[in-house]
Amino acid sequence: MHHLEIRNISSSYGKLEVLRDVTLSADKGEVVSLIGPSGSGKSTLLRVLIGLTPPTGGNVYIGGNKVDYNSRKSLKDLRGHMAIVFQQYNLFQNMNVLRNVTIAPVKIKKKPREEAEVRARGLLQKVGMEEKADAYPDELSGGQQQRVAIARALATSPEILLLDEVTSALDPERVKEVLDTIRSLTHEGITLIIVSHEMAFVREVSTRVAMMDQGKIVEVGPPEQIFRSPVESRTRDFVSKILSH
Amino acid sequence: MFERLVTEAPLFFNYHNMVFIGQAMARTLGMTLIGCGVGFVFGMLIAVVRQTTSSLLWPVRLVVISYVEFFRRIPFLVILFIVLFVIEPLMPGTSLFGIATVSVCLLSTAFLSEIIRSGLESVPRAQVETAQILNFNVLQTLMMVVLPQSWRVILPPAAAFIVMFIKDTSLASQLGVIELTFAGKMLINRGFSPILGFGAILVCYFALSYPLSRFAAYLERRLAPS
Repeated sequence: MHHLEIRNISSSYGKLEVLRDVTLSADKGEVVSLIGPSGSGKSTLLRVLIGLTPPTGGNVYIGGNKVDYNSRKSLKDLRGHMAIVFQQYNLFQNMNVLRNVTIAPVKIKKKPREEAEVRARGLLQKVGMEEKADAYPDELSGGQQQRVAIARALATSPEILLLDEVTSALDPERVKEVLDTIRSLTHEGITLIIVSHEMAFVREVSTRVAMMDQGKIVEVGPPEQIFRSPVESRTRDFVSKILSH
Repeated sequence: MFERLVTEAPLFFNYHNMVFIGQAMARTLGMTLIGCGVGFVFGMLIAVVRQTTSSLLWPVRLVVISYVEFFRRIPFLVILFIVLFVIEPLMPGTSLFGIATVSVCLLSTAFLSEIIRSGLESVPRAQVETAQILNFNVLQTLMMVVLPQSWRVILPPAAAFIVMFIKDTSLASQLGVIELTFAGKMLINRGFSPILGFGAILVCYFALSYPLSRFAAYLERRLAPS
């Protein structure tokens, strides 16, 4: 069994089916990217995985254990293994950078404050934000906030990290610094599920790419297959449109 | 008229009258602060209950929403009489001040809960979701993420409401509570000029509400984002 197994997941907002029978898996340390047009369900799939949007059918297994999205205990357990970084960073506006990164380890995981701060400073250094430890989010650029958000997610020591269009809200100049940060995570044994429109980046870092359309996974394969010789015509359409830009 | 004021003033500003006005001022302030203080606590509870989504809690939500919608729509004077006629037979001997204070609590709970609710709702949903996925429980999310970000939305209208209520407590004079307005009336009935009597009361109302407005403005500045 794979580290992360998504089996026949469906989800709907009211009558609108956003995910239909999505099946996907990822091994430990794998980088799986989701591509596809807007509204194809990529972000919803991440929200379902982390338990923000309830699935209407199907199952998710992590390390062989089934996740029960109706049980608070199971969700808590799940979120101990999995973290997410959002498009809009969502740093806590009332806390400085250091506190944003240490709050979950200190208040939720009950780690000693000093230990958590040492680790947080290490993570901030890794994302190149150690000098801004005392700054508040509204004093930072989007790219800087996003790197702090990545450090905050890493502070919970996730085995699986979900990245939801983390560069979509950034200036082109800031995209690179965030992508560099993500690239540095790909060799650390963390399973990454990436939703991105940065095709060159997806092609470079992914071990596998899943093409989604209208709530379904159309095709999954290594980046070379998806970008060079897609099997499905829908994938071919999408990729050729994106790459011709 | 001016001559009358000059001759009356030394008589008016005597020790006895000053103590009398001072006590009335304390009652006005007491009704307002106790009433709004209690109202703030219960208003907060109601606002938090209304944020819950659990289907098990819907009867509780229905009760608090009905409470808020009901009490926001009755005049304070009517609430005063309702409370008087409910409490009087149940607990005879309750002071009029107590009855008026309970009335303030009832009304301020309803209004402050709405002010607090709009403050809580001003915090983006994504902040709450982020707290959830970091495994914060409901109370931790409220105390560490939502409330610290909503004070600056809550405080200005809450302070304005309390300042307004200092003035509205004058309606309790209809019940016979010797607060500022009633005290002014009594002084005039003792033969003092209305200009002196109500002039003094006016100064007292100003002295109560102005510092509170300044304090609120100060808090607002301090809580503004850096």
